Amino acid sequence: MLSRTADHLFWMSRYTERAENTARMLDVNYETSLLPQSASVALLGWQGLLSISELLSTFTEKHGDVTASAVMEFMVKDETNPSSIVSCLRAARENARAVRGSLTTEVWETLNQTWLEVNKKLKAGELEDDPGQFFEWVKYRSHLSRGVTVGTMLMDEAFHFTRLGTFLERADNTARLVDVKFHAIQNDFYGTTGSKNQEHDFYHWSSILRSVSGFEVYRKVYRDVIKPERVAELLILRADMPRSLHASLNEVVNNLNVLSNENSGETHRLAGKLCAELKYGRIDEILATGLDAYLTQFLDRVNDLAAHISKDFLLPSAA
Amino acid sequence: MQKFDEMYTQLPYEFFTQGAQIRDHYKIYDEWLARQPGDMMAKRRQEAELIFRRVGITFAVYGDKDEDGSGNERLIPFDLIPRIIPSNEWKMMEKGLVQRVTALNRFIHDVYHDQEIIKAGIVPRDQLENNVQFRLEMMGVDVVNNIYSQISGIDMVRAPNANGEGEYYVLEDNLRVPSGVSYMLENRKMTMRLFPGLFNSHRVAPVAHYPDLLLETLRASSPPTTAEPTVVVLTPGMHNSAYYEHAFLAQQMGVELVEGQDLFVKDNFVYMRTTRGPVRVDVINRRLDDDFLDPKVFRSNSTLGCAGLMDAYRAGNVTICNAVGTGVADDKSIYPYVPKMIEFYLGEKPILNNVPTYMCRNKDDLAYTLANMKDLVIKEVHGAGGYGMLVGPASTKAEIEDFRKALLANPSGYISQPTLSLSSCPTFVESGIAPRHIDLRPFVLSGKKVQMVAGGLTRVALKEGSLVVNSSQGGGTKDTWVLEDGAPTAASVQSQTQTQSN
Repeated sequence: MLSRTADHLFWMSRYTERAENTARMLDVNYETSLLPQSASVALLGWQGLLSISELLSTFTEKHGDVTASAVMEFMVKDETNPSSIVSCLRAARENARAVRGSLTTEVWETLNQTWLEVNKKLKAGELEDDPGQFFEWVKYRSHLSRGVTVGTMLMDEAFHFTRLGTFLERADNTARLVDVKFHAIQNDFYGTTGSKNQEHDFYHWSSILRSVSGFEVYRKVYRDVIKPERVAELLILRADMPRSLHASLNEVVNNLNVLSNENSGETHRLAGKLCAELKYGRIDEILATGLDAYLTQFLDRVNDLAAHISKDFLLPSAA
Repeated sequence: MQKFDEMYTQLPYEFFTQGAQIRDHYKIYDEWLARQPGDMMAKRRQEAELIFRRVGITFAVYGDKDEDGSGNERLIPFDLIPRIIPSNEWKMMEKGLVQRVTALNRFIHDVYHDQEIIKAGIVPRDQLENNVQFRLEMMGVDVVNNIYSQISGIDMVRAPNANGEGEYYVLEDNLRVPSGVSYMLENRKMTMRLFPGLFNSHRVAPVAHYPDLLLETLRASSPPTTAEPTVVVLTPGMHNSAYYEHAFLAQQMGVELVEGQDLFVKDNFVYMRTTRGPVRVDVINRRLDDDFLDPKVFRSNSTLGCAGLMDAYRAGNVTICNAVGTGVADDKSIYPYVPKMIEFYLGEKPILNNVPTYMCRNKDDLAYTLANMKDLVIKEVHGAGGYGMLVGPASTKAEIEDFRKALLANPSGYISQPTLSLSSCPTFVESGIAPRHIDLRPFVLSGKKVQMVAGGLTRVALKEGSLVVNSSQGGGTKDTWVLEDGAPTAASVQSQTQTQSN
């Protein structure tokens, strides 16, 4: 298939996935903000969300103080913010439009419909009326995009590039999410013993789990109270947890295997190595070296992998 | 019902015969429509708009915002009431189209080779040499099957002839990149979805196999270097107004939609850049004008095409559809000669009429045109898209005077034609059902043989009284039904349509 087409498909699915993850983070932050908590903790949450996305400085330049409503506005509606939900949905749709001939009608119509509806919803004030409902809708549309892709597309290159984008983006997003939440906690109340804090811990960890639809999964897997190291293990190392780093990398490797061409050896090596480290990794080792350092390095490597994929498959090769 | 009849009594030739009798092939539809509740059409139209928007059947308006302010894509207005053509009229038209397109392809081959028609004194030499669409780069270049215009869009109108009978006239030949076929196909899908019952009561010739015929035509045009030719559609990109059509056709044919940046030429062969390395391209269905095809030969600053393409083309290693330089034959200055071309190349009498045309380059024709400006339509020879024309009866004195100056300054840049009393078709507009002028663009495919699907794109002028149907001028489209023989009579389907009218 055309390199340009592959590039559009890859980014189409990355943007769709990114919109979903942004909605997940905003949703959880919004719900947490409804709980009784100190203003400084609430502020920390919103700040964290901006730093996950590397947008804190852009935000403060534009809005000054971090407030819940300003962050929501910035991360959902701001068309000048390329990571806002509306920007991601537009970019997904524009990428799809550029290659609509390579998509099934159902996939194209789903993305086009999402884009048309999000504009209507925002205009009608649905975000302000009921943020939770709006975020549910974004997640649902993303589920639908993935579902209709798997359910209707020929399992050819177009399909595998689309899947590759989804899981690379997911690996990136989950790593950022885990990093910022653990970071916030280490600075604030992780490891303290007061009963108030224990209660707070519970809500904090459960909110991370819920942001990746992992709360029920946690209970099922561990049958235990919620402990930070287990949350980390679930989201990083468990291959059966759909949004974990390990599960995402497994999919990246699987799709890359199908796509391999004569130049892509190094890309496979990088992906395979990263995946193997997750497969044979242990959470106590990771925590011992420091979670933040580990995740920062992980993000760098995902980024590097994306650059290799781009070079090997997506950029027009020289004549 | 009475009111509906009266509205059309004055109008020529689509719905009604001269005595205000509804023409036979419209009767079933007319009776069906009369039975519909008042708000049905408005509801269906809303439904159609929603579907068109969701499917993304849009065209881009340069420098304009759409209704949501979120982009520059517009819907082309779709009219719910089909235009119906009886079987005998279509059969005549089809024969005429095959004949005309065959002659036009012969003409293009001739002007780039021996120029027999010029030597015979039928088309004046300067007519050719002053034509900006005449590409010297094509002189002596041989093309597969000697076909230049694989895809031709011939614009037809119906109007009263000298005896006051309705007759079809060719208004314009489009031999470069005629567009609109995707709307023909989507309009049919929409009508079938909204009014399935109507297809039980009419034998409507299908059009959905057009992409198959197109692919067959393109494959048949491949250089004979490979058994399995690779066909691509070349688009200027998603900002082009007809991008929807380009993507649609590529998808329907199952071929790659490429942009210039996806192609490169090596050793006089064309390749596309794929995730698994270069793949050779044999046939390019190009959707951009000659000027943008190859920066080494045409506009050097254009990035839409592919450098070296013309070399590969002249070496016979790739087929460009339509060929470079076909514009030489669809010019308004060549149009008046088409009937003579048919006689010259085929030795046949033309089946389809031209609209009588005065060529202002001739003294007598210029004098006649100047004396009758308010009754004529005057067109720039190189105008397109409904621009650069004067519709005499609808123009102000000042407009006529401006045009007179332009005409005198450059007579050979203009032709004039009598204003035809174009046929109208009932159309669903804001005020209800009203007559609006229409034309028809059938798409004729020339590969190993010349073929087409029965029908075409009917365009409709939505502004009251307007004769201009171009989408860039606010025109809309309709589904076009060619009825097959043995159509049911009104009586035999009455009970059927009644149960389906809800």
